[in-house]
Amino acid sequence: MIAKGQYAICGIGVTAQGRLAGRGVIGLAAEAFKLAIEDCGLQKKDVDGLLLQPGVGMMSGMGMGWWKVAEYLQLEVGIGSDMQLGGATAGAMVHNAMGAIEAGLANYVAIIYADNPFQMGPGAFALELGQWDGPAGNFGASAPYSMAARRHMHLYGTTHDQLGAIAVAQRAFAQMNPGAMMRGRQMTLEDYHNTRWVTWPFHLVDCCLISDGAGCIIVTSAERAAAMKKPPVYIWGIGQAHHCYLDLGQARLDVTPVYATRARDSGDKAFRMAGVDVNDVDVCEFYDCYTFTVLNQVEDYGFCKKGEGGPYCAEPGRLGPGGSLPINTGGGELSAWYHQGMTPLEEGVWQVRGEAGERQVKDVNICLVSGNGGIMSSHATTILSPHPS
Amino acid sequence: MTTEYQKPLPKPDQDTVPFWEACKRHELIIQQCKSCRSYIFYPRMFCPVCLGEPEWVKAKGTGEIYTYSVYYQIYHPVFADDVPYVVALVLLDEGVMITSRIVGVKPDDVYPGMRVEVDFLDATPEVTLYQFKPVSK
Repeated sequence: MIAKGQYAICGIGVTAQGRLAGRGVIGLAAEAFKLAIEDCGLQKKDVDGLLLQPGVGMMSGMGMGWWKVAEYLQLEVGIGSDMQLGGATAGAMVHNAMGAIEAGLANYVAIIYADNPFQMGPGAFALELGQWDGPAGNFGASAPYSMAARRHMHLYGTTHDQLGAIAVAQRAFAQMNPGAMMRGRQMTLEDYHNTRWVTWPFHLVDCCLISDGAGCIIVTSAERAAAMKKPPVYIWGIGQAHHCYLDLGQARLDVTPVYATRARDSGDKAFRMAGVDVNDVDVCEFYDCYTFTVLNQVEDYGFCKKGEGGPYCAEPGRLGPGGSLPINTGGGELSAWYHQGMTPLEEGVWQVRGEAGERQVKDVNICLVSGNGGIMSSHATTILSPHPS
Repeated sequence: MTTEYQKPLPKPDQDTVPFWEACKRHELIIQQCKSCRSYIFYPRMFCPVCLGEPEWVKAKGTGEIYTYSVYYQIYHPVFADDVPYVVALVLLDEGVMITSRIVGVKPDDVYPGMRVEVDFLDATPEVTLYQFKPVSK
């Protein structure tokens, strides 16, 4: 069993984000890799593991993404693979990297997310999910999450003002993130209400951005990380839970209501390993494909009871800059950029290192990072700290 | 009707051919496990609870809207004239859920718990689609 603090994130590289016309997705992945090894002072030859989440722009070619990245960079590795758990992938790649190092297969594992959906034209994410959804006019991820939110509203009285509070808080954080796509575009709750509907009950700004770009994070042993250029970001706890229903109708209502993520089970494992609980968390970096996903996780991790996430998130002074529980301090996927599960992990690394500039949360001891994918099928939790124990 | 049906049509596979054949007869059929008696949808070769053998049974064709979303975004140009339209998870009285278009009601009048019944749309001479509408009084 891997114990608390035995592994760490030692390097991070994130490219420009947004509409990057003409940029190939493999080149973006390679650039993020180069930035990450420069960040921590490694040589290319030191990196002996590569795990890649191919974005939608890399789905062609039988998903041979990691081979293409390793070939482009001429990497020789002891472990390599594509991984795909949607928004839970980044966390799961960190966990698998730890396992691979523990098993002696590698010493430094680079995990990469890269995508260029803008270059695919409209509908890049609107995958048609087979013979049931297409004929019903049901496409993409916004409708299933909207349905989950609608059920939550029905049961608990959750409101648009409450979802809007999440969007507004994250937009405020994005104003302090130099790389955020929504920097310079402030938003009030009134502005939120004035944006168009996508799939009711979701406004446009209840939905995440899409972005061309890439991110790379390097995982190694705590011992190795301590000898490197940047302060180690120690991994205190990890957890995952999966109960798959890409088709929301496959949820077993007695076990997994459609308005819940797997964060409860995933979080329990990670908190147990870390020896801390929700009261110890200083900052949350949550996977936020939609505002509702944040609300859902606040409940499922146990910051409040199921059903109370709306009032909890809308409480003045809670989520935004200077709040008592800052969530998605870089703007998140709603207001910074969409790197699937890498967006929260990237910001978690910067917060724990104290490199988040104007938006830095003071005295971060415990940072809770989540990933959620496959609608709400998969969850990955990673608890980070600047301290080894 | 001279206009050809433009929207996506199902491509049945071995597991689902009987379901779509039944739609052509304007019948909603689902599966039930011969061993554990669980109702099953979507159709499968094996019961997802116990891996037993499913058999086809006629569904009552009624249920309630568990939850829903209203599409304003046009994801596919052939739905441009339909927005806003409702897609719901219908909880059939047998206890399984089915994703369906909801017709015959304005989006603003839909609510979770609304009673609905199956309706059939003969899209082409070969293919009939299911949809749900509020129960007739």
